[in-house]
Amino acid sequence: MALTGLFLCLFLVGHLAGNLQLIFITGEEGQQAFNEYAQFMTTFPLVKILSYLTYASVLFHVVDGIVLTMQNRKARPVGYVKENGAANAKWASRNMGILGTIILVFLVSHMQSFWYTMHFGDIPMHNGLKDLHTVVLQFFSPENSLGLVAVVGYVLAQMAVAFHLSHGVQSGFQSLGVRHAKYTPIIELSGMGFALLVPTLFAIIPIFLYITQL
Amino acid sequence: MDLTLKVWRQNGPQDAGRMETYPVSDVSPDMSFLEMMDMMNDQIIRSGGDPVAFDHDCREGICGMCSMFINGEAHGPNRGTTTCQLHMRSFKDGDTITIEPWRASAFPVVKDLAVDRSSFDRVIQSGGYISVNTSGETLDANAIPVPKGQADDAFSAATCIGCGACVATCKNASAMLFVSAKVSQFALLPQGQPERATRVQRMVEQMDKEGFGNCTNTGACAVECPKGIDLSNIARMNRDYLSASALEE
Repeated sequence: MALTGLFLCLFLVGHLAGNLQLIFITGEEGQQAFNEYAQFMTTFPLVKILSYLTYASVLFHVVDGIVLTMQNRKARPVGYVKENGAANAKWASRNMGILGTIILVFLVSHMQSFWYTMHFGDIPMHNGLKDLHTVVLQFFSPENSLGLVAVVGYVLAQMAVAFHLSHGVQSGFQSLGVRHAKYTPIIELSGMGFALLVPTLFAIIPIFLYITQL
Repeated sequence: MDLTLKVWRQNGPQDAGRMETYPVSDVSPDMSFLEMMDMMNDQIIRSGGDPVAFDHDCREGICGMCSMFINGEAHGPNRGTTTCQLHMRSFKDGDTITIEPWRASAFPVVKDLAVDRSSFDRVIQSGGYISVNTSGETLDANAIPVPKGQADDAFSAATCIGCGACVATCKNASAMLFVSAKVSQFALLPQGQPERATRVQRMVEQMDKEGFGNCTNTGACAVECPKGIDLSNIARMNRDYLSASALEE
């Protein structure tokens, strides 16, 4: 869980950097740049290897999570009548499975919307490139009847990511045994910062796209 | 104080068990929780009933026998205390208190609130010791230099009384805090080095065999631990286990 989780954190950074082009480069220039980037990300061999590693990590993280949860359920077949979990552990740490499930549902829908369209879908062309830029803009557009739903769903999913990361990052380091009186507070603080910053930046993008297309 | 106690009653390991309600009156705020339980049992015996079975021994917080899940928390609402060190002044007149046994498949209920914690003993037997030649020429422990910080950490780990509150509290019924304390108290000292790698492997293996759950680092164990065993012990055990497994020949 720790290794794949921390690897997926790195993936988030890369994914975010790519997505932020949607905000920082607008108009015709942005369309060209984003489509070139999308073309590069789906064809360059090294990126391909990384993407397979990412798929494998997601799959392992999910399957391992399910296996461990089943073992944990078996470890306590009879539960408590009264259990005050809030007294000793943060909400996110106690609900990683639920948060992860929300993220997985989002991931399936998200990949269907963009990844599937890019790879196998019926996609418009622009200057000889698959026009993923237009697909994204239309997806989060007020003209799209489900545009607002898409934006709200995306933002809610990012909140789940934020809570998941708020426990996950420091937990990953702890599982790997990386703990030190001097450095653990830094890891915990950075983990919280990461959990706040990355999903917030992700969530800003569809909001920006929706508002600028009003 | 007048209280309403909701207590788990279970006739034996095979019984399904159920919660039963016992009103107790005239409880002194100065009583310990176990004294209050004695009072309740006295009432039950006088009315011809079967008293509630619960584990207890030293009643001064060092033996690790008392084991009650009180109002949803191991050893009750206070921090750094066992059930015997919990006093009725921590509750209010008219309170309803829910009392349950530790819940884990590795801690089967023997009767009522008493559970079988021999799984902890088997984890210790699997490697929680150092092999010392007792021919009479054993080196005096105080003659071996140990850095102060390390000695303190080893001592802190060794204060674990093996009560099982960590397992009871953990949402996964994981025994990582207990096992890591028992691994660390040797891993931090020179005497523990020769068996360091095999010890951690054997103890973790036995822990898994006993059916304890997995650690998801919620940290609840360390909060509820009556002895304040630190999460750094779990990280140390993870580290030792990873390196022992990686370097195993």
